[in-house]
Order: sequence, then C-alpha cells, then structure tokens
Amino acid sequence: MQRRNFLLGLLSAIILAPINAFAAIWNKAAFEAVKLDDASKILDINGETISQQIQITAPDRAENGAIVQVEVRSEIANTEAIAILVEKNPTPLIANFMFSNGAEPFVVTRIKMAETSDIKVVVKAGDQYFTNSRNVVVLENGCN
Amino acid sequence: MADNMKMRAQLKGDYVEVKVLMSHPMETGRRKADDGNVVPAHFVQLLTATLNGKPVLEAQWGTGVSKNPYLTFRLKGAKLGDKVAVTWHDNLGATATQEIAVTQA
Repeated sequence: MQRRNFLLGLLSAIILAPINAFAAIWNKAAFEAVKLDDASKILDINGETISQQIQITAPDRAENGAIVQVEVRSEIANTEAIAILVEKNPTPLIANFMFSNGAEPFVVTRIKMAETSDIKVVVKAGDQYFTNSRNVVVLENGCN
Repeated sequence: MADNMKMRAQLKGDYVEVKVLMSHPMETGRRKADDGNVVPAHFVQLLTATLNGKPVLEAQWGTGVSKNPYLTFRLKGAKLGDKVAVTWHDNLGATATQEIAVTQA
C-alpha cells in the first residue's frame, strides 16, 4: 500500500511538474536581458579572467547569421558550466550548458547572430569564472 | 514525436560522442510572418541528457539557438550498449525524448 501511494505520488508529480518546474529552472531574467553585462550579472558571473584554456572554434565569416556553428572546449580543471553569449544579439545569452557525471566540458551547437560580434564564452569552475572571446563577421542578420 | 530527434552515440576511443539534431522552429518572437503579424516566441528552453538514467548534461537555451537545434557532447566512461537519453522542453510546454544505445564508431 505504501509503495502504491508512493508510485501514485510520483506519477502525479511527474504529470503536474513539467511546465511549472521548468519555468522555475529556466533563468528567464538572464535570457531576456538585452545587455551582455546584465545577463552576466544575473548569472552571478563576476571577476572572470581571460583564459586561453577555453577554445572557441567558429567561422571567421558567416554568410548567414541564422546558423553559425560554434564549438567550445574547456581545458580548465573542474569545469562545471559553459555559457555562450553573443555581445550584439538582441538578447546576448544564447545557452548555458551544465556538465556532470563524466560529461566532458565540450559542446558543439549552432547559434543565431544578428551582426558582426564577439562570441563570449564563460566557464564556471567552482567559484571561479573564466572567459574567452572570438569575433565572427556576419554578412546577413540571423536574428529574425 | 519519435522522429522529432535524430540521435547518434558513438564510442570513439575513450569517450562517447553524442550528436543530436532536433526538429524545432526556435521562433524568437521578433520575426514577422508574411501577413505582417509577429510570430510568437516558440523555442526550446531546457535540454537534459542522461547516461543509463544518470544526468550528464543540462542545458538552458534562449532564442539564440538556431532553428532545428544541433548539439554534440561527449561522455567519458560510457560503454558500448549504454543508454543515452535526451529530453527537451519548450516554452509552450511541448516536450520530446529519445533514447539510443552507444554503438562503435
């Protein structure tokens, strides 16, 4: 009986949780911030030091800003999270990846870029933040 | 929504490389349709990945991820036959999950 109650409880939690739970997890303020510095502040990023141990691979020039493939690799010990920001996008915060249980601090994804801009990557390792940037020339706005 | 995601998890030496291609409009909420009306924002907000049920990756996304999102990530310590699952949730409450087994590259 106890187990059944537990399972029922679990089931209803799964059914009821989705929208609210994820709305709570998703960092609305950071993703809606229109200035890179504001997004960084909301993410509690501070005192980040520039590090060449963050490698950003992206094209020098992007014909179409709607699809810019970016590869990010961190060689910083204990990297927990990688955030990707585009300084001149309408909302600079693109994505924040959090790694655990053996996931390597490595990610490849495709992002939108409104105009020529720096792609800024911020790595969180413990209480410390590290950053590196890479400029991409964008020929056609991809942020519609 | 089985064909919503294309996934591959391949053992490459000492890590498993997972590639995911999702089918999603990723509307920013700024684009105007041909009739001049703004297309409402519709985008994936949260993506989670697990290895044999254990969380390995959690990603929060804004509207700046490209349409039909593409993602590659790597897992250390995964073996042939291990199960990799990816789930996404979007801002309108839609969700999709797919699970595949690790294969040899």
